[in-house]
Amino acid sequence: MPGLGAIGFLSPFLLLGLLLLPLLWWLLRATPPAAIRRLFPAVVLLLGLKDPETTPHKTPWWLLMLRMLAISALILGFAGPILNPDQAKISRNPLLILRDGGWASAPDWRQRQEKVTALLEEAARLGRPVALVNLADVNALPDSLAFQAGTTLIASSKGDLPQPHRADYSIANDWAKTLLDDQFDTIWLSDGLAADAKAELAETLSGKGNVSIIEAARPTLALRPAEFRDGTVIVTVLRDRLLDPLDLTVSAYGPDPAGIERRLAEMPVEFAPEAMTAEITFDLPSELRNRITRFSVDTIRSAGAQSLGDDRLKRRKVVLLGDGPQQEGQALVSPLHFLRKALAPNAELIEAPLNESLLANPDVIVLADVAGLVPAEAALLLDWVEAGGMLLRFAGPNLAAASVGVSADDPLLPVRLRSGGRSVGGAMSWGAPKKLDPFVAASPFYGLEIPADVEVTAQVIAEPGPLLAERTIAALQDGTPLVTQKEQGDGRVVLVHVSANAEWSTLPLSGLFVQMLDRLAVSTSAATPDNGDLAGQLWQPIWQLSGFGEMVPADHLLAIPGEQLSGLMANPKLPPGLYQNADRQVAVNVIGAETVLARAEWPDSIQVLDMSPPVEQPLKAYLLALGLLFLMLDILATLFLSGRLTGPRSGLAASLAVAVLLVAPEVRADDTRAQTATSETVLAFVITGDSRVDRASEAGLYGLSRVLTERTAIEPIDPIGVDLERDELAFYPLIYWPISEEQPVPSAAAYQKLNTYIRNGGMILFDTRDANIGRFGSATPNGNHLRRLAAGLDVPALEPVPSDHVLTRSFYLLQDFPGRHSRGQLWVEAAPKDAERIEGVPFRNLNDGVSPILIGGNDWAAAWALSREGRYLYPVGRSGFAGQRQREIAYRFGVNLVMYVLTGNYKSDQVHVPALLERLGQ
Amino acid sequence: MNTQPAPVVTTTRLEADKLSARFPALLVHAERLAASVVSGVHGRRRAGPGEDFWQFRPAIDGDNWRNIDWRRSGRGDAPYIRQQEWQSAQSVYLWIDRAASMDYAGDKNRESKSYLAHLFGLAVAILLGRGGERVGLIEDPDPPRIGQQQVDRITAQLAARGPLQDYGIPASRNFAKGSRALFLSDFLGDWEVISSRIRQAADQGVAGALVMILDPTEESFPFDGRTEFRSMSGTVRFETLRAKGLREAYLGRLTERKSALEELCRNVGWHQRLVHTDDSALDVLTWIFHALERRR
Repeated sequence: MPGLGAIGFLSPFLLLGLLLLPLLWWLLRATPPAAIRRLFPAVVLLLGLKDPETTPHKTPWWLLMLRMLAISALILGFAGPILNPDQAKISRNPLLILRDGGWASAPDWRQRQEKVTALLEEAARLGRPVALVNLADVNALPDSLAFQAGTTLIASSKGDLPQPHRADYSIANDWAKTLLDDQFDTIWLSDGLAADAKAELAETLSGKGNVSIIEAARPTLALRPAEFRDGTVIVTVLRDRLLDPLDLTVSAYGPDPAGIERRLAEMPVEFAPEAMTAEITFDLPSELRNRITRFSVDTIRSAGAQSLGDDRLKRRKVVLLGDGPQQEGQALVSPLHFLRKALAPNAELIEAPLNESLLANPDVIVLADVAGLVPAEAALLLDWVEAGGMLLRFAGPNLAAASVGVSADDPLLPVRLRSGGRSVGGAMSWGAPKKLDPFVAASPFYGLEIPADVEVTAQVIAEPGPLLAERTIAALQDGTPLVTQKEQGDGRVVLVHVSANAEWSTLPLSGLFVQMLDRLAVSTSAATPDNGDLAGQLWQPIWQLSGFGEMVPADHLLAIPGEQLSGLMANPKLPPGLYQNADRQVAVNVIGAETVLARAEWPDSIQVLDMSPPVEQPLKAYLLALGLLFLMLDILATLFLSGRLTGPRSGLAASLAVAVLLVAPEVRADDTRAQTATSETVLAFVITGDSRVDRASEAGLYGLSRVLTERTAIEPIDPIGVDLERDELAFYPLIYWPISEEQPVPSAAAYQKLNTYIRNGGMILFDTRDANIGRFGSATPNGNHLRRLAAGLDVPALEPVPSDHVLTRSFYLLQDFPGRHSRGQLWVEAAPKDAERIEGVPFRNLNDGVSPILIGGNDWAAAWALSREGRYLYPVGRSGFAGQRQREIAYRFGVNLVMYVLTGNYKSDQVHVPALLERLGQ
Repeated sequence: MNTQPAPVVTTTRLEADKLSARFPALLVHAERLAASVVSGVHGRRRAGPGEDFWQFRPAIDGDNWRNIDWRRSGRGDAPYIRQQEWQSAQSVYLWIDRAASMDYAGDKNRESKSYLAHLFGLAVAILLGRGGERVGLIEDPDPPRIGQQQVDRITAQLAARGPLQDYGIPASRNFAKGSRALFLSDFLGDWEVISSRIRQAADQGVAGALVMILDPTEESFPFDGRTEFRSMSGTVRFETLRAKGLREAYLGRLTERKSALEELCRNVGWHQRLVHTDDSALDVLTWIFHALERRR
């Protein structure tokens, strides 16, 4: 809209009103101010005089200025000015909102969502049809844009989430070229990273209308996959622009022994001044290193800032067992020699007796030509296998000679064996040495190239059986199995039917041996698995990375054939995550080892905006308020000029002016209540919400007040009902709280008030009104409710009123405290344990203070209840004299109570002892 | 520049009541003032009934022998008669201007001119009444009388207010020869009529005192701006676009009126004084009293 720099106007035609200002000026100058009327008896002396000047008294210029300003402010205000207007409001074309929904948008996803919502709302306000397309969602690129009203898209846009891959802009470009729609503007929320064909897409879209790009100003950071070099793990951090990053750290996460994911290591990130990458070295003990599952840049929530770790980081612990007593010079013949050579670079070898080596929690145990195991050891081994370990056994003369697994299924052998084995192609046998059959698709060795010189001359034979075919993972050309495996519990047992040294075959001499061990996940290689390693297997995703970089369990998804994992980089068809096949794990990351981040560059013709432009500020309200202020000042000025502000009749005018400018403060009715409560003695009762109980409380306290006025020096005014939530409690010396089940439990603030009240010397008399029929506090509903209500209070230890408590003698001498009922017990604060009776004094010196809580059940309010005319409202006790007597004692208790509250323990002083002794007849 | 004949205007009973409601206070004030001024009967400088010694004169035939003063006669040969001075009560006529223009007070903290006029008038009446003089209002058809009763009667007459005019003019009547008059007014009314009445009174042998009571704002004319001036009842109106410009001319006219009053008094031998409503009341009362006593 048209504007002056940073201010735009919604209705600019109103500014024409400013042209009227000179006219107004002239008018005001020409019109003199109104005449003041004065009563002046000497006017007779004025009759006949002429005004000396013909020009009238002019309005002073500052008053004119004030009026001009006021009117200008009003005109400007009504023209609807807006600070920092949004320039894009100009056109009414349909609008296409494109989002780069890839992982690079994830860190500020919320801001982008808000921006999209704001854009949709604005389009809806202006009546522009809108279409919303997410570029990363390649499947969802529609053939023709369906423009809708903005409001319908708001709800659906809120559900968008960033994808864990980035968009493919060439596909998007092709799609944009095929769009039939012609005239639309585009707003593209770009993620700021360069990609192929991004600029071309922008060009294509600018051919259809205005394009503006919104980018965030923050840098994008990413992690390359971790590498394992020379015993340390190296992680590379990438950035897309040379900005000083904040304090960043990269952390390694992995499960702790209990399985909970924890941060295992943390390293700070420091970029060299001109570098776009930074390398971070994690030097960790192998225990920790083997546990790492992922690395991430802290505080950045995107899939690019995470890198998943897989087998390349791990080194397995392999236990080698099988040597007999070692002899010099027989190293080459030792069954473990070749294994050691094959495994040493890539795995940790442990060669210790089985009991000890099991303690080291190995991943693989290799038994090379071990035939018989002690039953205890066999049991340990079986437990370990079933807990998830892999047992790799090699055959040999010992195994062939033993009758292990011949007659019955040995749990530690995958197949039943024939005794004896066979030898082929040897000196003493028929036929040539056997060669290996190419590996079938289901075998973990699928894809390995078999060298021509691998021959087998002797082996143990497996007993044919129904399960043999599926347990065979490598076979010789004549179909006899070479390697068999079976699942046992969570682990598996693999048997290689030849020996681990070169006596029975040339397999251990060849490179195939190492590769087979690799495939069996006995050793892990630090190199990236290539196509050959991955192909032929089915890889089950275990974890998937969402666009925000969160690890989502993915067990329920279908396994993917290894060919699709090629490159190990995420694309729309291959979500990033951890894929597993048997014991091998492979991580697919968003960033590859060669990826480089760079900032997107746009052609000059396209406008690039910031994500959060300065907020539009409508100035209308301020200008109108300013105009109003000027008008009020004008009133004051006019009054001043006409002399009414300071002259004889100034009072009314000045007060009106003041009243116009100020707001009268609200009159608070609470203050009058507080004033009466503090200037007189008032007995208060808690409003329970049960109107009958409240009426009885009020009438009861009124009756008690009357009795107090008649008999004592205390003259309370009418009792006041107290709302625990709203009213201040500090004014009332005594609060009578009848328990009614209708009263809700007070709020925490009310409890605080009550506790403050109790601690500062107030007293609450709880009355359950049911004479504690079920023995105090246990069975009656009111008793239970009392428990609930008093749960939040700071109630001291209570005891039944002892016979020498001050209550029994604070005004009248009483022994019991009846109300409408007479059976209930009254409980007061417990006396300190060391209160003693002094010689000659008929009572102990109990509490120094006044008991803050009294609990009873005799329904005193009903006994005290008096109507304004002096009628007793409730019957007490039996009719006749006994009832009257009970009521009288109830009143006496009330008087004692109020005396106790207001005067404290003064009757406990020694001063009163002689008189009391006399009264008590001692 | 508007001018209209001044008709007789009635005020509301409420305003009359308001003023009469202030009478007790006024009376008290007047009594207090009066108490601070010492008064006495006037000697008439001739022989006659009285208390003060006048002269000894030789007795002639026809005098009563009881009047002979033996002490004086003993000193000489012939019998002498002691004569006392003729002390007679004077008649004092009061004119308290009760027109509407006197109700003006420039500031709400000041009393109106009417209040002051009543104050002085009542104080003088009380004093004279105590001193045994005859007092009466000028508009009272009965001749002035002696005594406290007459003071009460004067008070009652002042309290009862009839139809008011805008500007007051002293009533014309027959004055007793040799009496005194006290005129309390702002003398803003029709000058011709006022001066002719005063001359009439002077011709009848009245010696008097004029007190012109003005409000300080009438003296200083502190008004400015576009103003419409009105008389107290609103009948006379004058509008000006710039009051400040009229100030000079107004003050000139006021001085004219004052000097006309002075000249008139000089001509007829009366005393006159200009009093403002913020002047000390005691001063003014003392002056009035001396002015009334100056001729013996």
